[in-house]
Amino acid sequence: MSLFRTILFVAALAAIGTGALTSVLHMFGTVPLILKAETFEGGEAEAPASAAQTPAAQTPAAHEHAPGTAAHDHGDGEEWAPADGFERNGLTVVFTILTAFGFGLLLVAVSELKGGLADWREGILWGLAGFAVFTLAPGLGLPPELPAMPAADLAARQVWWIGTAAATAGGLALLVFGRTPVLAVLGVVLIVAPHLIGAPQPDSHESPIPESLHHSFVVASIVTSFVFWVLLGGLSGWLRPRIAAQQAGHPAAQPA
Amino acid sequence: MQTQPTRHPHSATLASESPASRVLAVTFAALLGVFVLGGVGFSHISAVHNATHDVRHANAFPCH
Repeated sequence: MSLFRTILFVAALAAIGTGALTSVLHMFGTVPLILKAETFEGGEAEAPASAAQTPAAQTPAAHEHAPGTAAHDHGDGEEWAPADGFERNGLTVVFTILTAFGFGLLLVAVSELKGGLADWREGILWGLAGFAVFTLAPGLGLPPELPAMPAADLAARQVWWIGTAAATAGGLALLVFGRTPVLAVLGVVLIVAPHLIGAPQPDSHESPIPESLHHSFVVASIVTSFVFWVLLGGLSGWLRPRIAAQQAGHPAAQPA
Repeated sequence: MQTQPTRHPHSATLASESPASRVLAVTFAALLGVFVLGGVGFSHISAVHNATHDVRHANAFPCH
């Protein structure tokens, strides 16, 4: 039980620090671009994109969001949505912390299989792996996207995203911890395979969103994610020996 | 942080936990992480989607 509590506390504390800091970055970086993109939603400019989506929308599989913009009439639809301003931004802070908690649990749990994080520098290495697994690899096929941009079926993209993250994680583990060249080759194959399969793409990439706005958003999202993972890994690595010592019942006698 | 320091006298150090109990702890922690991320990043429930909308876009989770 004490290992579980250690993982829980390390992930929770690292998540609070990481989430609080990166949600500030999001407030100044990505969120203003999201709000700007929403001004392109529901306008006439969106008609071509909607028309292009129609064939995909005819398939019965999970297309509750397929009409795209319908779920995004913030405030005036039947579905609950946060009010713009404090409520909406407050939820962004809360869910950024929860995102960090979820990723932190995975990072700290998996690193325990290799004996646990020893210090903040080892934590940063694991954080960089997380950045590669959960941002770079899925982002190659499915770059960060703004509201009002055309996209393929949601469920198909979610499956590809999860499969790519899992394959990249497995591939990296084989590359780093595998002891034979064969395992290293297998690791490379695992990392490359999702991109040979290819991410689900919309029928048309025609978008009402200006290219420059999307480009700014991609840069802001990926750079913020980089900071997020370095912080999450570094804080986890710094906290882990301290909290493990507390859980074990003797006060910290830890390396710096 | 150390809520019940004396309740688990048998687990004096982390290293003394049995391999099986370590694997269980790691598995449960990872599953909890997957559950949290599933809610924040992937749930199709409309209210959850609307609440997490900006976080999903900002973190490049598939959205819409």
